[in-house]
Amino acid sequence: MASTETGPLSTSGGPHDLAGLEAGLDALETVEVRRTPFAQVLLHKVLPPLTAVVLVLAVWKLLVVAEVTDDYKLPDPSAVWHSLEDLWLRGTLLDIVWTSVSRGLLGFAAALVLGTPLGLLVARVKFVRAALGPVLSGLQSLPSVAWVPAAVIWLGITDAAMYAVILLGAVPSIANGLVSGIDQVPPLYLRAGRTMGATGLRGARHVLLPAALPGYIAGLKQGWAFSWRSLMAAELIASSPDLGLGLGQYLENARTDSDMPGVLLGIILILFVGIAIDLAVFSPLERRVLRTRGLAAANR
Amino acid sequence: MAPALTTDKAGPAEIADREPAAVRIENVHKSFGRPGAAQPVLDDISLEVRPGEFVCLLGASGCGKSTLLNLVAGLDRPTAGTIDVPGGRPALMFQEHALFPWLTAGRNIELALRLRGVPRPERRPEAERLLELVRLSGAYGKRVHELSGGMRQRVALARALAQDSQVLLMDEPFAALDAITRDVLHHELTRIWSETSLSVLFVTHNVREAVRLAERVVLLSSRPGRVARQWAVDIPQPRRIEDAAVADLSVEITEELRGEIRRHGQH
Repeated sequence: MASTETGPLSTSGGPHDLAGLEAGLDALETVEVRRTPFAQVLLHKVLPPLTAVVLVLAVWKLLVVAEVTDDYKLPDPSAVWHSLEDLWLRGTLLDIVWTSVSRGLLGFAAALVLGTPLGLLVARVKFVRAALGPVLSGLQSLPSVAWVPAAVIWLGITDAAMYAVILLGAVPSIANGLVSGIDQVPPLYLRAGRTMGATGLRGARHVLLPAALPGYIAGLKQGWAFSWRSLMAAELIASSPDLGLGLGQYLENARTDSDMPGVLLGIILILFVGIAIDLAVFSPLERRVLRTRGLAAANR
Repeated sequence: MAPALTTDKAGPAEIADREPAAVRIENVHKSFGRPGAAQPVLDDISLEVRPGEFVCLLGASGCGKSTLLNLVAGLDRPTAGTIDVPGGRPALMFQEHALFPWLTAGRNIELALRLRGVPRPERRPEAERLLELVRLSGAYGKRVHELSGGMRQRVALARALAQDSQVLLMDEPFAALDAITRDVLHHELTRIWSETSLSVLFVTHNVREAVRLAERVVLLSSRPGRVARQWAVDIPQPRRIEDAAVADLSVEITEELRGEIRRHGQH
């Protein structure tokens, strides 16, 4: 079709020439997105933390063998393992963990329900932002243990006190996450939305909120960490036989019994649950949101 | 073919009496900043775009071309004067694609359709049709970050067309693309424009681009922006950016543009 052949990149022909050029450009410049092979995930994601755990155990064992301190201060790793086995055989392990996890998740869900509208208000209403913004950021740096005495005086040593402490810890994180998520929405998206007629509520639904999602999820992730931390603080301090036995109480009981393997087991279990929930829920959620937007750091 | 072109001094009144305009800008002033210390950006701009016309707004930086486009788009209000777009809200394309990264290419277009009130069952086929129009039939399910710069701008064009406006405003939409991709997109835009009854108001600082695309080139002076001069471009389409006629007129307009810029050095 081309009228004159002047070279491979000639655009002097008809539209067919350009269509070919266009197809070439599209093919050349398209970003290929591939999934990482399973073996590589194993090598880069699973192996390093496993190595770290093994190293910690090895150092621990070495210190025990070298008898750097008394047995009741630093028990053998196997003693901690026996405590775990013991709990499992008595059938209480899952109960203890579940008591705390269910409290944590329920508290977190309540914090979500309260923190989200609060964050929206702070982000979008100037007066509310001026009034509550600094308080919310300030609350984030207040360790939630500080609320335990107040909560106990107000509500007694009850589940309600636990939930109060969780809420006070997690609501500011979630609200702040949403606020910074909304603040970081590129103005270009809002302008593009407005030219398409997405204003007011429709703008919030179709443009503002989806654009703010990454910040919001970061806030949720931090909110969970705060929930869990607050709950453990509350369970440790406000432990009572009337309440179900959670991880915090288990830890406190082990301390009063001078049961060092139990104490270490308690710490390990708390750590384990915190990490497990993050890995099972929040990290995949975050990764998915970032990946669909092409924002995920290249699998490192 | 000899460049058959006419030039005329800025005279908005000359064109006013023919047809109803697609965009009518009358004595528009725009200043930014507090009253008293306000910086004038646009000074008494009057300009009309006829239905189906392709107009390029040309000017050096600081001439307020983007400001003017925002005013026409309704994203901002003029300090004085009136802007009338009888056909309803114009579509606007930016230098950045402004596609929403949480949606696929097809869904971006469907969102525009949805906001326009197109019923759900019609959205998908319409989005596919628009993607085909910009020659991206396979891109429906692609994420924005999986597309090249040129493809993104074509999806953005499809999304703008999805608004079914009679006026398309374009704010340096190809400025960030490489020359070959830009050339291809010029061709696509001209093709789509000639197949539809769209009026286009296209802002650029690239003289060649303006001459390659427009039926009329409007040169704005800088600080504050005024209509300095207009050229009717009578070179028949399809044009090429390397055509001699395009080059000749570009030289003339560039000379004028340089003159406008030099004036600022004298103050």
